[in-house]
Amino acid sequence: MMSFMKGRVLVVDDDTALAEMLGIVLRGEGFEPSFVADGDKALAAFREAKPDLVLLDLMLPGRDGIEVCRLIRAESGVPIVMLTAKSDTVDVVVGLESGADDYIVKPFKPKELVARIRARLRRSEEPAPEQLAIGDLVIDVAGHSVKREGQSIALTPLEFDLLVALARKPWQVFTREVLLEQVWGYRHAADTRLVNVHVQRLRSKVEKDPERPEIVVTVRGVGYKAGPS
Amino acid sequence: MSGDSAASAPGRSGARPERPVGRTSLRERWASLLHGGLFQGGVQGSPVLRLLLRWIRRPLLPLMRLWRRNIQLKVVATTLLMSLGVVLLLGFVVIGQVRNGLLDAKVKASQSQATGGFAVAKQKADEAESAGADDGTPADQRASQNVIEWMSELVSSLSSGGQGAFDVVTLPPGDDSGGGRGPRASGGVDPNKSVPEDLRARVNTGSSAAQSYTRIRYSNGDKESQPALVIGKRVNDPNGDPYELYYLFPLTQEEKSLSLVKGTLATAGLFVVVLLGAIAWLVVRQVVTPVRMAAGIAERLSAGRLQERMKVTGEDDIARLGEAFNKMAQNLQLKIQQLEDLSRMQRRFVSDVSHELRTPLTTVRMAADVIHEAREDFDPVTARSAELLADQLDRFESLLADLLEISRFDAGAASLEAEPIDLRNVVRRVVDGAAPLAERKGTAIRVVGDQQPVVAEADARRVERVLRNLVVNAVEHGEGKDVVVKLASAQGAVAVAVRDYGVGLKPGEATRVFSRFWRADPARARTTGGTGLGLSIALEDARLHGGWLQAWGEPGGGSQFRLTLPRTADEPLRGSPIPLEPKDSRRNRGLNDAGLPRGSGEKSATVPLQPAGEPRSGARAPLTPRAGAAAPTADPTALPGNGARVVARPAAVPPRPARDDDDAVPDAWRQNGGAALGVQQPASGSAADAQRSGDGAASGARRQDDGARPGVRRQEDAAAAGGTRAESSGRVDAGADGSDDQGEAFRGR
Repeated sequence: MMSFMKGRVLVVDDDTALAEMLGIVLRGEGFEPSFVADGDKALAAFREAKPDLVLLDLMLPGRDGIEVCRLIRAESGVPIVMLTAKSDTVDVVVGLESGADDYIVKPFKPKELVARIRARLRRSEEPAPEQLAIGDLVIDVAGHSVKREGQSIALTPLEFDLLVALARKPWQVFTREVLLEQVWGYRHAADTRLVNVHVQRLRSKVEKDPERPEIVVTVRGVGYKAGPS
Repeated sequence: MSGDSAASAPGRSGARPERPVGRTSLRERWASLLHGGLFQGGVQGSPVLRLLLRWIRRPLLPLMRLWRRNIQLKVVATTLLMSLGVVLLLGFVVIGQVRNGLLDAKVKASQSQATGGFAVAKQKADEAESAGADDGTPADQRASQNVIEWMSELVSSLSSGGQGAFDVVTLPPGDDSGGGRGPRASGGVDPNKSVPEDLRARVNTGSSAAQSYTRIRYSNGDKESQPALVIGKRVNDPNGDPYELYYLFPLTQEEKSLSLVKGTLATAGLFVVVLLGAIAWLVVRQVVTPVRMAAGIAERLSAGRLQERMKVTGEDDIARLGEAFNKMAQNLQLKIQQLEDLSRMQRRFVSDVSHELRTPLTTVRMAADVIHEAREDFDPVTARSAELLADQLDRFESLLADLLEISRFDAGAASLEAEPIDLRNVVRRVVDGAAPLAERKGTAIRVVGDQQPVVAEADARRVERVLRNLVVNAVEHGEGKDVVVKLASAQGAVAVAVRDYGVGLKPGEATRVFSRFWRADPARARTTGGTGLGLSIALEDARLHGGWLQAWGEPGGGSQFRLTLPRTADEPLRGSPIPLEPKDSRRNRGLNDAGLPRGSGEKSATVPLQPAGEPRSGARAPLTPRAGAAAPTADPTALPGNGARVVARPAAVPPRPARDDDDAVPDAWRQNGGAALGVQQPASGSAADAQRSGDGAASGARRQDDGARPGVRRQEDAAAAGGTRAESSGRVDAGADGSDDQGEAFRGR
């Protein structure tokens, strides 16, 4: 693909064989991987490597993946893709709720992994200056900021993309599949739980009352739409 | 399964003239009643009666319900009724005896009194006669003067001894006016009215005394009549003329005593009845209360509150019930606990295995892909090995995924993420996803019934998995004929049916296709891809929704798989909007299994015969005459009654009659065992496979190359089949064998 998509990827995985294999594949695709095998050292490695994306195994010695994910998310909005051996709803949802942007279930194909990583890195392309309004929020797309009455709200890049996608077409109801395609970059329908969890996370940040959302409104049986501004 | 009942609702509801709708006013009801019922004679009478009954019964319904449900009420009411009966019976007997006793005494006393009186009257008459004779005056002269006086005297003297205890009446006999001896009575008694006629008749005919009961009526209206015993006799006056003398004994005293007894008895009886009712209520309550408690606790137990127990006091039967109940609950709780532990362990195990297996598999997978990518630089053997490695890793992966999925179901760890979804979207995605495969197979996938939304509360991921499975199966085994995906919704259910016109299923296979790793013939290696778990998982997915997944098929006539889901997640299914057996099945079209118009033979009777006898002739005298005749009926697009949206088929394939596939295709499959893998899995380098497989693979490879020359291809298939038969003439079960393969292949994912 395009060469400017090269990026630093931090691989947090305790399985050395898998980590090495991931390294081979990532290097083959032009990424710069760095590795850490221990959950306790993950955060330090993250600060040191300043990666553009984190590949995080959920089952780790020391701190587990969920905890690591939370810690990284607390200080950075860098995209996190979970590697998980479990596709059970609970595991996936817990992972996503702890702040991961996307997940990929083992075993995966290298192409699939690379596609996901690229999709998450793609947003580093410079967007055109654009000002959007949704509810009482003002979104500066280029400046990557969301403000309510001058007060800025911190969102991860993914949450920001989700909000922008909804705000760009406030008249349209987005199905989860469409959102998956537009925000996550999946061409084929994948797991709609991704959308559900991230909409919840987004609501918890931007809604005044997350129980009665006004910004991101559920359209029962269809999907989501932007609330009236 | 006659699940189509749900769909047939419209059109019926309007046609019920006798039933008044909703809240019509009373007057309207009467008007309709009179017009529709009474004025039109006896035939219409029954609706009127029914209406009337309904009116009467409506207010009673809650009572009847209470009666049916409340054993305490039943027992108390029965006790009351029965004790009331007993008390009444007892009362009548006692009152009868008391009355008899009282009257007997009175009658005896009265009789002796009356006898004495009659004697006195006789004596006085004799005295007066002798006195008159002594006077020397002739009797008849004196009579008119003295008898009147004498009689009055007699009455007053006789009654004077009674002091109100009795009255005396004299009457002239019969209709005789008695020559001035008119009726006389003491104590203001009306003599004519108080003495009954029949007694007078008896007295007049006999000479002895007679008695009867009567009521004394008084000549002055103030005094009330009273019951009395009257005893009468014919006696002679001093002139020797007969007259009637009656003693009237009032029974007032006795009646008073009797009514006192009656009153006492009634009061006592009432008390007894009420007390018995109360006792019954109390006693029943003692038994019913623990039973009700047990029922309540059993309900809570079944609702999952396993720690609920009955309170046990004492050692009686109720206590035993409680103890037994508690023991049962204890055991249940224990077992459920054990099962839950087991389930948790299994879930844990599955999870662990999953992780432990998947991590190295990921590494292997990635390594294989890297090698696979670079295979062009390898020598042919290594390159082919890399291909095989990658392909079989795919297979291994999907097998592992399916196994884990199944064990997740087994462990009860599968959870439903139900939300309202429109099944049309799911079907659209599935059909789009299957489009490349369908194109390779020359199959057109048609979607029917997607004009209206088909919304149900379901897990989109699981439903999509089920439908993808069904559609891919149908395409893979549909032999290039159309696959029809039909959607429908009715009442509380939605359904999606996937119909193909391929080899179909033999009797009995419709249920076995859902078994795990099921093969009709275990000796044969599988020829198609898939893990053999696809339909099992689909079935579990359907069950998780509280829905049904069912299969129907007929040999050579294709098959239909139907997924029925309840519209809301917790609603039980009662029927399916789509009949399991499609309208265009042979039986519904009136054809037998060979595709011929059906005579008298039943389906079940013809099936076993078919592989042995029929195909032989069919294979040897190939196709041509029948094929033309049967073609229109087998074409799914030409079927009556489905307003299908027809999608153009990629190549102009004339519809193939089901007839010639019966025998030809399974045999071709048998013949081309190795090549069929290539056919069914075109993704995995099928051309190479087919070529390597040699002669036997010829027809399979040709089959695969597309549907452009269907006529030719079919003939070759049939020829190959004929050849097979000629070689292995000892095999009688060839056709059956082939069908088995087909059934087994259906389970592919």
